[in-house]
Amino acid sequence: MASGKEIRTQIASIKNTQKITRAMEMVAASKMRKAQERMAATRPYADKIHNVIQHLAFAHPEYKHVYLQDRAETKRVGYIVVSSDRGLCGGLNNNLFKTALSEIKTKIDKGLEVDVCTIGKKATSYFGRLPVNLTGQAVQLGDAPRPHVLIGAVKVMLDAYENGSIDSLYLVFNEFVNTMTQENKVMQLLPAAPEKPSAEMSHHWDYIYEPDAKDVLDQLLVRYIESLVYQGVVENIACEQASRMVAMKSASDNAGDLIDDLQLVYNKARQASITQEISEIVAGAAAV
Amino acid sequence: MAMTIHVDIVSADTSIYSGLVEAVFASAVMGEVGIYPRHTPMLTRLKPGEVRILVNGVEEQFYVSGGILEVQPSVVTILADTAVRADDIDEAAALEAKAEAERSLKDRGAKLEIAEAQVKLAEAMAQLRSIDRMRKGKGH
Repeated sequence: MASGKEIRTQIASIKNTQKITRAMEMVAASKMRKAQERMAATRPYADKIHNVIQHLAFAHPEYKHVYLQDRAETKRVGYIVVSSDRGLCGGLNNNLFKTALSEIKTKIDKGLEVDVCTIGKKATSYFGRLPVNLTGQAVQLGDAPRPHVLIGAVKVMLDAYENGSIDSLYLVFNEFVNTMTQENKVMQLLPAAPEKPSAEMSHHWDYIYEPDAKDVLDQLLVRYIESLVYQGVVENIACEQASRMVAMKSASDNAGDLIDDLQLVYNKARQASITQEISEIVAGAAAV
Repeated sequence: MAMTIHVDIVSADTSIYSGLVEAVFASAVMGEVGIYPRHTPMLTRLKPGEVRILVNGVEEQFYVSGGILEVQPSVVTILADTAVRADDIDEAAALEAKAEAERSLKDRGAKLEIAEAQVKLAEAMAQLRSIDRMRKGKGH
Protein backbone atom coordinates (compact mmCIF):
# COMPACT_ATOMS: atom_id res chain seq x y z
CA MET A 1 0.00 0.00 0.00
CA ALA A 2 1.22 3.48 -0.86
CA SER A 3 2.53 5.60 1.97
CA GLY A 4 0.77 8.68 3.29
CA LYS A 5 2.90 11.17 1.47
CA GLU A 6 2.52 9.49 -1.91
CA ILE A 7 -1.23 9.47 -1.57
CA ARG A 8 -1.22 13.13 -0.57
CA THR A 9 0.67 14.15 -3.72
CA GLN A 10 -1.68 12.01 -5.80
CA ILE A 11 -4.71 13.73 -4.28
CA ALA A 12 -3.16 17.14 -4.90
CA SER A 13 -2.49 16.33 -8.54
CA ILE A 14 -6.02 15.03 -9.09
CA LYS A 15 -7.35 18.19 -7.46
CA ASN A 16 -5.38 20.25 -9.96
CA THR A 17 -6.81 18.25 -12.83
CA GLN A 18 -10.27 18.72 -11.39
CA LYS A 19 -9.73 22.49 -11.27
CA ILE A 20 -8.81 22.46 -14.94
CA THR A 21 -11.77 20.34 -16.00
CA ARG A 22 -14.12 22.54 -13.94
CA ALA A 23 -12.77 25.66 -15.61
CA MET A 24 -13.14 24.03 -19.06
CA GLU A 25 -16.68 23.05 -18.21
CA MET A 26 -17.60 26.62 -17.35
CA VAL A 27 -15.85 28.03 -20.41
CA ALA A 28 -17.68 25.52 -22.61
CA ALA A 29 -21.00 26.44 -21.00
CA SER A 30 -20.59 30.13 -21.79
CA LYS A 31 -19.29 29.39 -25.30
CA MET A 32 -22.23 27.11 -25.90
CA ARG A 33 -24.67 29.90 -25.09
CA LYS A 34 -22.91 32.17 -27.57
CA ALA A 35 -22.83 29.44 -30.20
CA GLN A 36 -26.56 28.93 -29.75
CA GLU A 37 -27.13 32.64 -30.27
CA ARG A 38 -25.08 32.50 -33.46
CA MET A 39 -27.10 29.50 -34.56
CA ALA A 40 -30.26 31.55 -34.12
CA ALA A 41 -28.68 34.48 -35.96
CA THR A 42 -27.94 32.40 -39.05
CA ARG A 43 -31.51 31.21 -39.29
CA PRO A 44 -33.08 34.30 -40.97
CA TYR A 45 -30.68 34.11 -43.92
CA ALA A 46 -31.16 30.37 -44.30
CA ASP A 47 -34.96 30.74 -44.14
CA LYS A 48 -35.02 33.60 -46.62
CA ILE A 49 -32.73 31.99 -49.15
CA HIS A 50 -34.76 28.79 -48.81
CA ASN A 51 -37.90 30.83 -49.56
CA VAL A 52 -36.31 32.35 -52.63
CA ILE A 53 -35.26 28.92 -53.88
CA GLN A 54 -38.80 27.68 -53.28
CA HIS A 55 -40.25 30.62 -55.23
CA LEU A 56 -37.77 29.89 -57.95
CA ALA A 57 -39.03 26.33 -58.21
CA PHE A 58 -42.48 27.76 -58.91
CA ALA A 59 -41.20 30.24 -61.45
CA HIS A 60 -40.48 29.04 -64.95
CA PRO A 61 -37.09 30.29 -65.99
CA GLU A 62 -35.90 29.29 -69.46
CA TYR A 63 -32.61 28.33 -67.80
CA LYS A 64 -32.42 25.18 -65.71
CA HIS A 65 -29.51 25.25 -63.34
CA VAL A 66 -27.19 22.24 -63.13
CA TYR A 67 -27.59 22.08 -59.31
CA LEU A 68 -31.29 21.43 -59.68
CA GLN A 69 -31.01 18.62 -62.21
CA ASP A 70 -30.92 14.99 -61.20
CA ARG A 71 -28.17 13.07 -62.92
CA ALA A 72 -29.04 9.90 -64.76
CA GLU A 73 -26.28 7.89 -63.13
CA THR A 74 -24.02 8.46 -60.17
CA LYS A 75 -20.40 7.41 -60.38
CA ARG A 76 -18.71 9.51 -57.76
CA VAL A 77 -20.07 10.99 -54.56
CA GLY A 78 -18.75 13.95 -52.59
CA TYR A 79 -18.92 14.37 -48.82
CA ILE A 80 -18.27 17.47 -46.77
CA VAL A 81 -17.53 16.33 -43.23
CA VAL A 82 -17.75 18.93 -40.49
CA SER A 83 -15.81 18.37 -37.26
CA SER A 84 -14.33 20.40 -34.43
CA ASP A 85 -10.78 21.74 -34.41
CA ARG A 86 -10.11 20.60 -30.87
CA GLY A 87 -10.71 17.41 -28.96
CA LEU A 88 -11.81 16.87 -25.36
CA CYS A 89 -15.43 16.89 -26.37
CA GLY A 90 -16.48 13.33 -25.64
CA GLY A 91 -17.40 11.02 -28.48
CA LEU A 92 -18.80 13.80 -30.65
CA ASN A 93 -16.33 13.63 -33.51
CA ASN A 94 -15.79 9.89 -33.40
CA ASN A 95 -19.50 9.14 -33.56
CA LEU A 96 -19.84 11.47 -36.52
CA PHE A 97 -16.88 9.87 -38.31
CA LYS A 98 -18.38 6.44 -37.74
CA THR A 99 -21.63 7.56 -39.34
CA ALA A 100 -19.74 9.15 -42.22
CA LEU A 101 -17.61 6.04 -42.70
CA SER A 102 -20.53 3.62 -42.77
CA GLU A 103 -22.22 5.97 -45.24
CA ILE A 104 -19.10 6.06 -47.39
CA LYS A 105 -18.69 2.31 -47.13
CA THR A 106 -22.19 1.62 -48.43
CA LYS A 107 -21.39 3.88 -51.38
CA ILE A 108 -18.11 2.11 -52.06
CA ASP A 109 -19.83 -1.28 -51.80
CA LYS A 110 -22.16 -0.12 -54.53
CA GLY A 111 -19.13 0.46 -56.71
CA LEU A 112 -19.11 4.25 -56.38
CA GLU A 113 -16.06 6.37 -55.80
CA VAL A 114 -15.93 8.89 -52.98
CA ASP A 115 -14.39 12.33 -52.55
CA VAL A 116 -14.15 13.88 -49.11
CA CYS A 117 -13.74 17.51 -48.14
CA THR A 118 -13.06 18.11 -44.46
CA ILE A 119 -13.88 21.05 -42.27
CA GLY A 120 -12.11 21.12 -38.91
CA LYS A 121 -8.79 19.65 -37.82
CA LYS A 122 -10.16 16.44 -36.38
CA ALA A 123 -11.83 15.40 -39.62
CA THR A 124 -8.71 16.27 -41.59
CA SER A 125 -6.43 14.11 -39.47
CA TYR A 126 -8.98 11.29 -39.36
CA PHE A 127 -9.75 11.14 -43.07
CA GLY A 128 -6.14 11.93 -43.94
CA ARG A 129 -5.19 8.54 -42.51
CA LEU A 130 -7.82 6.66 -44.48
CA PRO A 131 -7.48 5.66 -48.11
CA VAL A 132 -10.08 8.17 -49.28
CA ASN A 133 -9.61 10.95 -51.77
CA LEU A 134 -9.28 14.19 -49.79
CA THR A 135 -10.00 17.05 -52.16
CA GLY A 136 -10.23 20.05 -49.88
CA GLN A 137 -10.08 21.19 -46.30
CA ALA A 138 -10.76 24.15 -44.05
CA VAL A 139 -9.21 24.18 -40.60
CA GLN A 140 -8.68 26.58 -37.68
CA LEU A 141 -12.14 28.05 -37.89
CA GLY A 142 -12.25 29.30 -34.30
CA ASP A 143 -15.36 29.65 -32.18
CA ALA A 144 -17.10 32.20 -34.36
CA PRO A 145 -16.25 31.46 -37.97
CA ARG A 146 -17.22 34.02 -40.59
CA PRO A 147 -19.07 32.56 -43.56
CA HIS A 148 -16.31 33.41 -46.01
CA VAL A 149 -13.73 31.07 -44.41
CA LEU A 150 -15.69 28.18 -45.94
CA ILE A 151 -15.86 29.54 -49.47
CA GLY A 152 -12.78 27.70 -50.68
CA ALA A 153 -13.68 24.29 -49.32
CA VAL A 154 -17.24 24.52 -50.63
CA LYS A 155 -16.13 25.80 -54.02
CA VAL A 156 -13.82 22.81 -54.50
CA MET A 157 -16.85 20.52 -54.22
CA LEU A 158 -19.16 22.74 -56.26
CA ASP A 159 -16.58 22.93 -59.05
CA ALA A 160 -16.23 19.16 -58.96
CA TYR A 161 -20.00 18.87 -59.27
CA GLU A 162 -20.17 21.35 -62.11
CA ASN A 163 -17.47 19.70 -64.19
CA GLY A 164 -19.05 16.31 -63.57
CA SER A 165 -16.35 14.67 -61.47
CA ILE A 166 -18.86 14.15 -58.65
CA ASP A 167 -22.57 13.49 -59.21
CA SER A 168 -24.00 14.19 -55.79
CA LEU A 169 -22.86 15.98 -52.67
CA TYR A 170 -23.64 15.34 -49.02
CA LEU A 171 -22.97 17.27 -45.83
CA VAL A 172 -22.17 15.32 -42.66
CA PHE A 173 -22.46 17.26 -39.41
CA ASN A 174 -23.86 17.18 -35.88
CA GLU A 175 -27.31 18.60 -35.38
CA PHE A 176 -27.88 20.42 -32.12
CA VAL A 177 -31.02 19.01 -30.50
CA ASN A 178 -30.34 20.13 -26.94
CA THR A 179 -27.43 20.29 -24.52
CA MET A 180 -27.49 16.56 -23.87
CA THR A 181 -28.34 15.35 -27.36
CA GLN A 182 -26.51 15.87 -30.61
CA GLU A 183 -27.54 13.95 -33.66
CA ASN A 184 -25.34 12.87 -36.54
CA LYS A 185 -26.87 14.07 -39.71
CA VAL A 186 -26.20 13.34 -43.36
CA MET A 187 -27.85 15.89 -45.62
CA GLN A 188 -28.01 15.90 -49.39
CA LEU A 189 -26.83 19.21 -50.79
CA LEU A 190 -26.69 18.41 -54.50
CA PRO A 191 -28.66 17.89 -56.59
CA ALA A 192 -30.88 20.26 -54.63
CA ALA A 193 -34.45 19.01 -54.76
CA PRO A 194 -37.02 21.74 -54.17
CA GLU A 195 -40.47 20.75 -52.99
CA LYS A 196 -43.28 20.46 -55.47
CA PRO A 197 -45.13 23.70 -56.22
CA SER A 198 -48.31 24.29 -54.26
CA ALA A 199 -51.50 25.06 -56.17
CA GLU A 200 -51.67 28.79 -55.37
CA MET A 201 -48.18 29.43 -56.69
CA SER A 202 -48.24 27.17 -59.70
CA HIS A 203 -49.86 29.58 -62.14
CA HIS A 204 -47.45 30.66 -64.81
CA TRP A 205 -45.23 33.54 -63.77
CA ASP A 206 -41.59 34.40 -63.77
CA TYR A 207 -39.16 36.88 -62.37
CA ILE A 208 -37.49 39.67 -64.23
CA TYR A 209 -33.87 38.60 -64.11
CA GLU A 210 -31.10 41.15 -64.12
CA PRO A 211 -28.69 40.84 -65.87
CA ASP A 212 -30.02 37.37 -66.92
CA ALA A 213 -31.40 34.20 -65.38
CA LYS A 214 -28.16 32.25 -65.61
CA ASP A 215 -26.10 34.91 -63.91
CA VAL A 216 -28.50 35.37 -61.00
CA LEU A 217 -29.26 31.69 -60.51
CA ASP A 218 -25.58 30.75 -60.51
CA GLN A 219 -24.88 33.14 -57.69
CA LEU A 220 -28.07 32.35 -55.79
CA LEU A 221 -27.53 28.59 -55.78
CA VAL A 222 -23.89 28.89 -54.77
CA ARG A 223 -24.95 31.12 -51.87
CA TYR A 224 -27.66 28.62 -50.99
CA ILE A 225 -25.24 25.71 -50.70
CA GLU A 226 -22.76 27.89 -48.83
CA SER A 227 -25.41 28.93 -46.36
CA LEU A 228 -26.36 25.30 -45.74
CA VAL A 229 -22.74 24.37 -45.09
CA TYR A 230 -22.25 27.44 -42.90
CA GLN A 231 -25.30 26.55 -40.87
CA GLY A 232 -23.98 23.02 -40.45
CA VAL A 233 -20.66 24.39 -39.21
CA VAL A 234 -22.29 26.79 -36.75
CA GLU A 235 -24.53 24.04 -35.46
CA ASN A 236 -21.56 21.72 -35.12
CA ILE A 237 -19.75 24.31 -32.98
CA ALA A 238 -22.73 24.52 -30.63
CA CYS A 239 -22.67 20.70 -30.45
CA GLU A 240 -18.94 20.73 -29.75
CA GLN A 241 -19.31 23.11 -26.82
CA ALA A 242 -22.31 21.24 -25.40
CA SER A 243 -20.52 17.94 -25.72
CA ARG A 244 -17.36 19.37 -24.16
CA MET A 245 -19.36 20.78 -21.29
CA VAL A 246 -20.90 17.38 -20.56
CA ALA A 247 -17.57 15.56 -20.96
CA MET A 248 -15.80 17.99 -18.63
CA LYS A 249 -18.59 17.75 -16.08
CA SER A 250 -18.26 13.98 -15.94
CA ALA A 251 -14.46 14.34 -15.77
CA SER A 252 -14.81 16.67 -12.78
CA ASP A 253 -17.24 14.24 -11.13
CA ASN A 254 -14.88 11.33 -11.74
CA ALA A 255 -12.01 13.31 -10.28
CA GLY A 256 -14.17 13.94 -7.21
CA ASP A 257 -14.86 10.21 -6.82
CA LEU A 258 -11.18 9.44 -7.22
CA ILE A 259 -10.27 12.01 -4.55
CA ASP A 260 -12.84 10.53 -2.15
CA ASP A 261 -11.43 7.04 -2.66
CA LEU A 262 -7.86 8.19 -2.18
CA GLN A 263 -8.82 10.20 0.88
CA LEU A 264 -10.26 7.03 2.41
CA VAL A 265 -7.10 5.10 1.68
CA TYR A 266 -5.01 7.94 3.10
CA ASN A 267 -7.07 8.08 6.32
CA LYS A 268 -6.83 4.34 6.74
CA ALA A 269 -3.07 4.42 6.25
CA ARG A 270 -2.71 7.25 8.74
CA GLN A 271 -4.90 5.48 11.30
CA ALA A 272 -2.91 2.27 10.85
CA SER A 273 0.37 4.07 11.46
CA ILE A 274 -1.01 5.79 14.58
CA THR A 275 -2.31 2.49 15.93
CA GLN A 276 1.04 0.92 15.25
CA GLU A 277 2.87 3.71 17.05
CA ILE A 278 0.59 3.45 20.08
CA SER A 279 1.02 -0.28 20.28
CA GLU A 280 4.77 0.13 19.99
CA ILE A 281 4.79 2.70 22.81
CA VAL A 282 2.55 0.51 24.98
CA ALA A 283 4.73 -2.50 24.28
CA GLY A 284 7.83 -0.43 25.10
CA ALA A 285 6.31 0.79 28.39
CA ALA A 286 5.29 -2.74 29.33
CA ALA A 287 8.84 -3.94 28.70
CA VAL A 288 10.37 -1.33 31.04
CA MET B 1 -49.65 56.49 -44.37
CA ALA B 2 -48.40 55.64 -47.80
CA MET B 3 -48.47 52.11 -49.16
CA THR B 4 -45.80 49.91 -47.66
CA ILE B 5 -43.97 46.72 -48.48
CA HIS B 6 -42.22 44.31 -46.17
CA VAL B 7 -38.43 44.28 -46.43
CA ASP B 8 -35.98 41.74 -45.01
CA ILE B 9 -32.27 42.46 -45.22
CA VAL B 10 -30.29 39.45 -44.02
CA SER B 11 -26.69 38.32 -44.18
CA ALA B 12 -25.45 34.79 -43.49
CA ASP B 13 -24.64 35.49 -39.86
CA THR B 14 -27.20 38.10 -38.87
CA SER B 15 -30.48 39.79 -39.67
CA ILE B 16 -29.82 43.41 -40.62
CA TYR B 17 -33.31 44.86 -41.06
CA SER B 18 -36.86 43.60 -41.12
CA GLY B 19 -39.98 45.75 -41.33
CA LEU B 20 -42.42 47.72 -43.44
CA VAL B 21 -41.04 50.44 -45.67
CA GLU B 22 -42.33 52.76 -48.36
CA ALA B 23 -39.50 52.13 -50.80
CA VAL B 24 -36.17 50.38 -51.21
CA PHE B 25 -33.22 51.56 -53.26
CA ALA B 26 -30.27 49.36 -54.04
CA SER B 27 -27.37 49.30 -56.45
CA ALA B 28 -27.98 46.33 -58.72
CA VAL B 29 -25.39 45.18 -61.24
CA MET B 30 -27.34 46.83 -64.06
CA GLY B 31 -27.69 50.10 -62.17
CA GLU B 32 -29.56 51.62 -59.27
CA VAL B 33 -33.03 50.15 -58.68
CA GLY B 34 -35.88 51.69 -56.73
CA ILE B 35 -38.61 49.33 -55.52
CA TYR B 36 -42.00 50.62 -54.50
CA PRO B 37 -44.96 48.51 -53.38
CA ARG B 38 -46.57 46.39 -56.12
CA HIS B 39 -43.37 46.04 -58.05
CA THR B 40 -43.30 43.09 -60.42
CA PRO B 41 -41.35 39.98 -59.25
CA MET B 42 -37.67 40.47 -59.88
CA LEU B 43 -34.43 38.71 -59.07
CA THR B 44 -31.15 40.58 -59.44
CA ARG B 45 -27.60 40.62 -58.22
CA LEU B 46 -26.35 43.51 -56.15
CA LYS B 47 -23.06 45.36 -56.41
CA PRO B 48 -21.16 46.28 -53.26
CA GLY B 49 -22.78 49.51 -52.20
CA GLU B 50 -25.50 51.01 -50.11
CA VAL B 51 -29.08 49.92 -49.68
CA ARG B 52 -31.46 52.71 -48.71
CA ILE B 53 -34.93 52.26 -47.31
CA LEU B 54 -37.64 54.86 -46.83
CA VAL B 55 -39.52 54.54 -43.54
CA ASN B 56 -42.13 57.22 -42.75
CA GLY B 57 -40.43 59.59 -45.14
CA VAL B 58 -37.03 59.13 -43.45
CA GLU B 59 -34.19 57.41 -45.24
CA GLU B 60 -32.04 54.75 -43.61
CA GLN B 61 -28.83 53.42 -45.10
CA PHE B 62 -27.07 50.08 -44.94
CA TYR B 63 -23.92 48.98 -46.65
CA VAL B 64 -23.88 45.57 -48.31
CA SER B 65 -20.89 43.95 -49.99
CA GLY B 66 -22.93 42.48 -52.79
CA GLY B 67 -25.72 39.93 -52.69
CA ILE B 68 -29.07 39.15 -54.23
CA LEU B 69 -32.30 41.12 -54.29
CA GLU B 70 -35.61 39.32 -54.65
CA VAL B 71 -38.91 41.13 -55.17
CA GLN B 72 -42.17 39.29 -54.54
CA PRO B 73 -45.59 40.99 -54.61
CA SER B 74 -45.68 41.45 -50.85
CA VAL B 75 -42.09 41.17 -49.75
CA VAL B 76 -38.61 42.28 -50.76
CA THR B 77 -35.69 40.14 -49.64
CA ILE B 78 -32.07 41.22 -49.75
CA LEU B 79 -29.59 38.40 -49.22
CA ALA B 80 -26.42 40.30 -48.40
CA ASP B 81 -22.96 38.78 -48.73
CA THR B 82 -20.70 39.02 -45.71
CA ALA B 83 -17.59 39.83 -47.70
CA VAL B 84 -16.76 41.25 -51.08
CA ARG B 85 -16.87 38.36 -53.50
CA ALA B 86 -15.29 38.05 -56.86
CA ASP B 87 -14.67 35.01 -59.02
CA ASP B 88 -10.90 35.24 -58.75
CA ILE B 89 -11.04 35.62 -54.94
CA ASP B 90 -13.29 32.55 -54.74
CA GLU B 91 -10.96 30.71 -57.06
CA ALA B 92 -7.95 31.54 -54.88
CA ALA B 93 -9.80 30.30 -51.79
CA ALA B 94 -10.66 27.04 -53.54
CA LEU B 95 -7.06 26.54 -54.62
CA GLU B 96 -5.89 27.14 -51.09
CA ALA B 97 -8.35 24.61 -49.67
CA LYS B 98 -7.10 22.07 -52.21
CA ALA B 99 -3.43 22.81 -51.55
CA GLU B 100 -3.96 22.44 -47.82
CA ALA B 101 -5.59 19.07 -48.31
CA GLU B 102 -2.68 17.95 -50.44
CA ARG B 103 -0.20 19.19 -47.87
CA SER B 104 -1.90 17.27 -45.07
CA LEU B 105 -1.90 14.17 -47.28
CA LYS B 106 1.78 14.60 -48.04
CA ASP B 107 2.92 14.71 -44.44
CA ARG B 108 0.47 11.98 -43.66
CA GLY B 109 3.48 9.89 -42.49
CA ALA B 110 4.56 12.32 -39.80
CA LYS B 111 1.00 12.92 -38.66
CA LEU B 112 0.22 9.25 -38.70
CA GLU B 113 3.11 8.53 -36.36
CA ILE B 114 1.98 11.19 -33.93
CA ALA B 115 -1.62 10.01 -34.08
CA GLU B 116 -0.57 6.40 -33.62
CA ALA B 117 1.66 7.32 -30.72
CA GLN B 118 -1.22 9.20 -29.15
CA VAL B 119 -3.50 6.21 -29.48
CA LYS B 120 -0.86 3.92 -27.97
CA LEU B 121 -0.26 6.36 -25.14
CA ALA B 122 -3.98 6.52 -24.39
CA GLU B 123 -4.17 2.71 -24.41
CA ALA B 124 -1.18 2.39 -22.10
CA MET B 125 -2.64 4.93 -19.74
CA ALA B 126 -5.97 3.12 -19.67
CA GLN B 127 -4.15 -0.14 -18.89
CA LEU B 128 -2.16 1.49 -16.09
CA ARG B 129 -5.33 2.93 -14.67
CA SER B 130 -7.09 -0.43 -14.65
CA ILE B 131 -4.03 -2.08 -13.06
CA ASP B 132 -4.10 0.66 -10.44
CA ARG B 133 -7.77 0.03 -9.80
CA MET B 134 -7.15 -3.70 -9.43
CA ARG B 135 -4.31 -3.11 -6.99
CA LYS B 136 -6.37 -0.69 -4.99
CA GLY B 137 -9.22 -3.19 -4.86
CA LYS B 138 -6.84 -5.78 -3.40
CA GLY B 139 -5.27 -3.28 -1.04
CA HIS B 140 -8.47 -2.59 0.86
